[in-house]
Amino acid sequence: MLVNNFLILGAVLFSIGVYGVIARKNAVLVLMSIELILNSVNINLLAFDRINGTQDGAVFALYIIAIAAAEVGVGLAMVLLIFRNRKTIALDDLSEMKG
Amino acid sequence: MFAESTEAAGWFLENAWLIPLIPAVAFFLILGFGKRMPRGGSEIGIASMLASLVIAAGTAYQWVQRVDAPVAEGEHALARGSFGFARTFSEEAAEAGHEVAPVISTLDWFDIGRLHVSIGSHIDGLAVTLLLLVAFISTLVQIYSTEYVRGDRRYTHFFASITLFSAGMLTMVLAPNMLQFILGWEIMGLCSFLLIGHWWEETANSKAALKAFFTVRVGDMGLLVGTAALFALFGTMEIGEINEQAANFAGDNKGMLLFAAIALFIACIGKSGQFPLHTWLPDAMAGPTPVSSLLHSSTMVVAGVFLVARLYPVFHVGLDINVAGQSFNLIAVIGGITVLIAAGLAFVQDDIKKVLAYSTVSQLGYMMLGLGVGAWTGAVFHIFTHAFFKCALFLCAGSIAHTGSHHSFDMKKDMGGLRKKMPVTFVVWIVSTMALMGVPFFSGFFSKDEIIDSAKHNHYTVFYFVAIIGAAMTAAYMTRATYLTFFGKARGGAAHFVHGHDDAHDTHDAHADAHGHDAHGHDDHHAPAHHSAPLPFAKTDSSWQITVPLIILGVLAIFSGYLNAPALGIHWFEHMTESSIGAGSAMSVPPPPEFSWAAAAPGLLLVLAGFVVSLLISKAVFGEKKTALQGLTQRNSLLGAGHKFLVNKYYLDALYENVIVKAVAYPIARAAYWTNQHVLDGIVNAVGIGGKRTGELVYKYVDQGLVDGAVNGSGATARGAGGALQPVQSGKVNLYGALLFGAAAVGALVLVLVNS
Repeated sequence: MLVNNFLILGAVLFSIGVYGVIARKNAVLVLMSIELILNSVNINLLAFDRINGTQDGAVFALYIIAIAAAEVGVGLAMVLLIFRNRKTIALDDLSEMKG
Repeated sequence: MFAESTEAAGWFLENAWLIPLIPAVAFFLILGFGKRMPRGGSEIGIASMLASLVIAAGTAYQWVQRVDAPVAEGEHALARGSFGFARTFSEEAAEAGHEVAPVISTLDWFDIGRLHVSIGSHIDGLAVTLLLLVAFISTLVQIYSTEYVRGDRRYTHFFASITLFSAGMLTMVLAPNMLQFILGWEIMGLCSFLLIGHWWEETANSKAALKAFFTVRVGDMGLLVGTAALFALFGTMEIGEINEQAANFAGDNKGMLLFAAIALFIACIGKSGQFPLHTWLPDAMAGPTPVSSLLHSSTMVVAGVFLVARLYPVFHVGLDINVAGQSFNLIAVIGGITVLIAAGLAFVQDDIKKVLAYSTVSQLGYMMLGLGVGAWTGAVFHIFTHAFFKCALFLCAGSIAHTGSHHSFDMKKDMGGLRKKMPVTFVVWIVSTMALMGVPFFSGFFSKDEIIDSAKHNHYTVFYFVAIIGAAMTAAYMTRATYLTFFGKARGGAAHFVHGHDDAHDTHDAHADAHGHDAHGHDDHHAPAHHSAPLPFAKTDSSWQITVPLIILGVLAIFSGYLNAPALGIHWFEHMTESSIGAGSAMSVPPPPEFSWAAAAPGLLLVLAGFVVSLLISKAVFGEKKTALQGLTQRNSLLGAGHKFLVNKYYLDALYENVIVKAVAYPIARAAYWTNQHVLDGIVNAVGIGGKRTGELVYKYVDQGLVDGAVNGSGATARGAGGALQPVQSGKVNLYGALLFGAAAVGALVLVLVNS
């Protein structure tokens, strides 16, 4: 069935996203990777929505899209402020939280 | 491959969805490969627009054939073509003989519940007109841009954005349903932001881009609300069905239709720069001139007018247009106000592009006024003719700035006396200006006169007077701008250009001054060696990439009007588009009135008067001879006050920024502060006092005896664990992410193992 293909696509996107979050140093790229992860989840939700023949998955996906928009807004604002204060957005340079 | 359905309509009519798709694909190609191409991606943009233009021309040709030879009745064919395209050829209820059904080709997009959304194309006379117009103007503007933004540091991005911009407009124009309409509408909103702020290094430019985006956004809410209201009312998103149901509207909840019409019209006010949201349009001049030209002629600003024309039954029935005894309605009032206030503002501008910007606002007011008085054909035809001459005027302004005035748009400081050195630009400007003024036998005359005539004929007397006074004002401010630009003594940058580079001695300061208010950010743009060859008969004019589009547009500024010239008995355009107006029991759009020179005479006389008066005043004020009129606004306090009022744009900007924003923001802040001080603090204090009492009791009995021992023990444990875990707390966000996903993966694994 076609749904398998959607699930595989979701898994691939998820993996790419996780790789990006772990391996990238640029904060903007990390944010983009998080977006990829969220959207891979959306694809999964919609695929299951199709399997079950309901609309619940679509509704969840809409919620996720809305929340992702807010998240990117906040994230980019933080990146912008960090850039203003430090002239860099490389995550390696941000290690104040080191215990 | 689409052979099974070609006998019904025609290849181009059914595949018109390619028109927006090609530039949309080109956008991604330019972004991806543009920088590696020899011409920086501009060739992809131009090629895609040419392809769109060819398909649009084919579509127009087949549409004309379709209208001239209507297909046989009863073709309710639902052919399922290849690639899952469900093609519907709905012959709408066609009592009148000339009714021609639109050609709708759609592809399923998605279903949610009972809502079925498709994407595709809805081709009828109105859509064909705009498709051809947008593709044509976009092609010319892109050719022009190759010279105008040559060497710009974001050359590739410029072409990417402008191509997507055209794609957005084309998507919107052939939208078969409201959702695709909104999609195109929003793409344009985004691209206008990108293009107006193209030179964002300067604060003014990026502020103008933000202002355009936010102001239009205010209106966009209306589009969403209006679409939702229409969906609630008619249960469909399909534009054809909405129009049919609205035209035959007989329900008792007319209030809902009125609400939808008003909400949608608010969107039009924002997008089309109507009063009171017109303030963003003149600021949008911060973008490169080709962008202004495209934005003001065929895309973006006509989107609002197009929405009204597209859903005309909704507005016509909802707002009671053309109902007997009714002499005002929202659309006509807003249009009328816009005509007059924008024309008034055009008088006090020094920046040539701002004169043209206010002129656009004023002409858009005419279109709205036309739609408001039932002159559908006149208004749509005015979109068509206005696009050519306004695009030509903007490109002329760009040509002057590019070649003649050292990148300055200031008519008073850096222009004047340019007519001999820039003959092509001058002739095109004069022709387009005459078209804009509505001089007989130029294109603007035929369209504008039909609007004015209909206002009178349909008993909207007030708006008839508004329209002819507006026409006189148009003639006057364009005369002023023409005089300042091409006649009189050359000043500033223009003097440097007109008198050659030898006597640069006394103009050197002016040249530096011109740099000071150069609206552009292109530093690497000044080397004249980069300019391409000019046309052989105009050696001192701009190069051919600039003048050839100008000549084409100038020719069209004269002849495009002859597609629908009531004065000569030509009604071809009307015949081609009338099936898009919509017809039903609830609406009856009166036919355009018969043309007579007697009816047109008052307007023409006023235009002549405006021209003569403005010419005399311009000569007196800006001429070389000293006259009493010079500096009059400084000496006469009443005139000075009027001048100041206009210069400050009726204080609308101040109203928005100082009054409305503060009035909304301050009370909210104060209310929040009061709540914080009185309500929240009270609760916090009460909780705090209660907590303190409880705490004292607990301390005495529980804490000292029982807990301390346990705490000391657990503290030692925690310290050991903390020490062990300290390396994990590296401060590296990536590592945290890795740990998070690692833990999630382990969790998932456990879940799978437990469940299987």
